[in-house]
Amino acid sequence: MNDMSFEEKSVWLNALITLGAVGGYVITVLVRARAIALVDVAYISPMLWAIGWSIVVTIVTHILMACIWPKEADKKDVRDQEINRHGEYAGQVFLVIGGLCAMILAMLKVDHFWIANSVYICFALSNLLSSAFKIYAYRKGIPLC
Amino acid sequence: MLKKTSIQNKLRLLRFTHGEMTQADLAERIGVTRQTIIAIEQGRYSPSLEMAFQLAKVFGLPLDEVFQYVEEETS
Repeated sequence: MNDMSFEEKSVWLNALITLGAVGGYVITVLVRARAIALVDVAYISPMLWAIGWSIVVTIVTHILMACIWPKEADKKDVRDQEINRHGEYAGQVFLVIGGLCAMILAMLKVDHFWIANSVYICFALSNLLSSAFKIYAYRKGIPLC
Repeated sequence: MLKKTSIQNKLRLLRFTHGEMTQADLAERIGVTRQTIIAIEQGRYSPSLEMAFQLAKVFGLPLDEVFQYVEEETS
């Protein structure tokens, strides 16, 4: 942990929280779908809980991190900014895919379940791809384009 | 034919010849994190032109005595 900057630790944390939230949500929906059809599952409450949980846990863990490593907490240099920018660009791919999926599914009048879930999963994938890119850039360097 | 480029540097050597300066000391002098200095020394990060000048200034040397531009040919 000592060879990681505060920003890199934040990226790891963000990725783990996203994985936890999505994993928890998917398991909850699948467990509920054992008795009924998938589209009939009450997914709204677990989805809102997953989103709310990930926001709250991210804030709390970042406060805890700042308490554990107070000297590093406000340090963000040009390399961190550069890696963050490249990572966000990479993650945007799934935001576009999510938007397109939602649009096409709505046009096809598919059940709301699929529209909401495709958007949520693409948000999560965007976050994970962005985090993966950032971690790679921190460990191996920013890939040359 | 593709050309792979990279920037090499003598930061590690210069730190030792300048009073065994630590990575943390150097990082603090130019306002970056210690991990950024490590990444530059290991060739995992090419600093901006401004940061390169700041690093050269710390050692009181011209830029090309701290950083070298190496061009390699790859097929």
